[in-house]
Amino acid sequence: MTSSFRLPDLGEGVHEAEILAVAVTVGQKVQEGELILEVETDKAAVEIPSPVTGTVTELHARVGEIAKVGDVLITFGGEAEDTETPAPRAGQERLQSTTEQAAEPVIAPPAHRPGRPVPAAPSTRRLARELGVDLHLVQPSGANGIVTREDVENYAQSGSPPPLEQKEVVPQTAAEQIAPFLPVAPLPDFSQFGPIEKQPFRSIRRATAVRMSASWSQIPHVNCQDVVDITRLEEFRRRHKDEIRANGGRLTMTVFALKAVATALKAYPHFNASLDLANQEIIIKKYFHIGVAVDTEHGLMVPVIRDVDRKSIKELSVELHEAITRARERKSSREEMIGGTFTITNAGAIGGSHFSAIINHPEIAILGLGQARMQPAVITKDTEMQIVPRLQMPIVLCFDHRVADGADAIRFLQVIIKSLEDPDELLISMI
Amino acid sequence: MVMGDMEMKVDVAIIGSGPGGYGAAFRAADLGLDVALIDPRPKPGGVCLHHGCIPSKTYLFLAELILDARRAASMGVTFGEPEIDLAAMQAWKAQVINNMADGLVNLSNKRGVQLVSGTARFEHANAVKIDGAEVSRVRFDHAIIATGSSPVSFPGTAPGAGSRIMSSAGALELSDIPEELFIIGGGYVGLELGTVYAALGSRVSLAEVQDRLLPGVDADLVAPLQHQLSKLFGEIHLNTRITELEELGDRVTVRFATPDGDQTRQFDRVLVAMGREPASRELGLEHTAVAVDERGYIQVDEQQRTAETNIFAVGDVAGGMMLAHTATREGRVAAEVIAGINSSFDVRAIPAVVYTDPQIAWCGLTEEQAKANNIPVAVEKFPWKYSGRANTMGSTEGLTKIIADPEEGRILGIGITGRDTEGLISEGVLAIELGALAEDMALSLHPHPTLSETEGEAAEIFQGSPTHMLPKKRS
Repeated sequence: MTSSFRLPDLGEGVHEAEILAVAVTVGQKVQEGELILEVETDKAAVEIPSPVTGTVTELHARVGEIAKVGDVLITFGGEAEDTETPAPRAGQERLQSTTEQAAEPVIAPPAHRPGRPVPAAPSTRRLARELGVDLHLVQPSGANGIVTREDVENYAQSGSPPPLEQKEVVPQTAAEQIAPFLPVAPLPDFSQFGPIEKQPFRSIRRATAVRMSASWSQIPHVNCQDVVDITRLEEFRRRHKDEIRANGGRLTMTVFALKAVATALKAYPHFNASLDLANQEIIIKKYFHIGVAVDTEHGLMVPVIRDVDRKSIKELSVELHEAITRARERKSSREEMIGGTFTITNAGAIGGSHFSAIINHPEIAILGLGQARMQPAVITKDTEMQIVPRLQMPIVLCFDHRVADGADAIRFLQVIIKSLEDPDELLISMI
Repeated sequence: MVMGDMEMKVDVAIIGSGPGGYGAAFRAADLGLDVALIDPRPKPGGVCLHHGCIPSKTYLFLAELILDARRAASMGVTFGEPEIDLAAMQAWKAQVINNMADGLVNLSNKRGVQLVSGTARFEHANAVKIDGAEVSRVRFDHAIIATGSSPVSFPGTAPGAGSRIMSSAGALELSDIPEELFIIGGGYVGLELGTVYAALGSRVSLAEVQDRLLPGVDADLVAPLQHQLSKLFGEIHLNTRITELEELGDRVTVRFATPDGDQTRQFDRVLVAMGREPASRELGLEHTAVAVDERGYIQVDEQQRTAETNIFAVGDVAGGMMLAHTATREGRVAAEVIAGINSSFDVRAIPAVVYTDPQIAWCGLTEEQAKANNIPVAVEKFPWKYSGRANTMGSTEGLTKIIADPEEGRILGIGITGRDTEGLISEGVLAIELGALAEDMALSLHPHPTLSETEGEAAEIFQGSPTHMLPKKRS
């Protein structure tokens, strides 16, 4: 009697695992409990012991392949009694019967005619919409390829790949982002406490609210805060600012930051990316368009400077100045407001110091610059320590912890900090 | 709401009480929402009920009777010339309209839909100012714009009440039966109203700028109508442009350019039927983020949502085929989306009917669309000369055709011309929505002798062995 060993449920909603190692060969006799496979899930490598004593007759798993829960990995012959051995949960607490979890082997997606609507009655289509089921993924059981109501219901219950996300309706308020079980109390009548004024909530203000709510609720934000000694950079800036001004630009810290960020992005491409959950991919961009947050009287606008890696400090100082001017005059074109891969927000001019920023979805990170102030700093000369006044600028990198980890974030930030602290370094390493 | 209040606050404010507006209002009320239905007219129904679908079909029923009566002579029954009592016809039309309008008022009241009779203008995305009503402002969480459309005027003219240059609404007043009527436009409005006036005794001349009547409808479906109208109408000028139109005293001077040369003639009345344009101006949309395209249509997604996320638009003003039934469905979709249901305008076969004599009806994909989009199709036509019922009625010029996918045989479109096609087309709609194959239609029994049999027989042609026609020769 042969028995099939299927990839067991590994817990916590894990659907698949990568085969790291196959510890047995065809024909090998194994004892129950002996190691047969090693697989890796999202966070851990898991060793899988043999559920039976028997002989390996077929190996279906190959190192490097991604196996789905329920896939047949090894077939045993010999002393095994059951045709389907419920596989033990490897080291995890059993939450439900594994036989339930041993889903059908993955079937090829149903062959629907491309470019034609999936044949289904209007009532079936309405049901599919309600259940969030994409008709293209449903195996039709009806005559002549018609998808029936039962097909849709079965698909929705089968625990197949997560249902199609509803058409992205950008939520109106932060309240719509909160889990449904948290009731949001209606606002009281504030005029009972004192005089009030009502203003319309629309246009850029509302658009900003929608964007911020989306970013805040979807992205796990982590802030890395630090301080940059820009004493030397400021001297460099003073030496060159008149020449730049004569050329029509403005030499500001933001311009240096653009270059430093572009350099860091080339070294750490995961910060120049977007997370595509629908397709389970990280899209890494090979272009470097950096948005700069601009405070205007009509609200926050973020014009994008394209191809920062291909422009000199001189060119960037002109382009950035013109973009900011256009934004303040509300003359920015639609093209210059889109396509950014990273954002810089410089609150220093106004006087902000340390702060956290909200990532500009679908980017991965945002760099915040605070106001530089003279601060006492400890400098070691030879072996002596001295306290000297230095110009210190707070800097913060907020990043999406789904795509990047703390260690890389700090290394990324260090590239930027080193470039800004040492203009020579900026010159040597900048792209 | 207390009488005398200046402001109203509702969940949904619907602007326009035509098929789109009242369809949305009733659906929204049934879903538990608080609704205000705003329209300048005192009773709901919009252009469709008061100046469009209903009055025109009321008169077209009579026109069909008159034309049928004439045809009976060749079958052995001769009627005399009918006595036309315009006042009685107008009264009958008014009665039909009032009955239906009262019905809509009753439905509104029973469902708790608040009717506001006035003109609405957006102040911002959450309020409209109302002119001409007791209520001066309606505040809302959501709005549905269903303001419809208005007839395109001939440039340089502005037909007012009593003008001899009429729009469709003016023509439906039926003030008199002009001896000489000139119709500008060979679309369905011009042809339907031309049929009414011709049946009542006018000599109708018609001009169309394109090379055939009903451009956009498959040519084989229009051919029998074009043949009939060439006998019913006095003159039909194709490829013709109107260069001048002027009302002088009790006649109208028309100068038009035909392929054979220019003509300047005088007519008792002129009907301008050059199409309709969306009623999106003077709504105050500039105070919202609602986006309008360069022709005035409000831009919406398939949930009828405009660029202002709490404002929806449905019906003629949002473009599309400008039909009452699509407006009603769109209104229902908007209401459902507002109520939190993931609805959408997911329709695969939109039917349309031209109420001329013979009638034309079609749904789903047309042959013209298939050609324009390079969609391979198989087309089979059943001529009505082979239909028993058509023969009993003397209506053998008709045609039923089915457009299907060449590989699977799934029905993609249906086109019919002949008698009573309005009653035949819905079978096609259901077939397409359900994903039926031509074989399914062929295997469904159609009673004999009926005109609907022509649909089953057309489907049978695909199977290779239709009963009442010779099978195609296999090469």
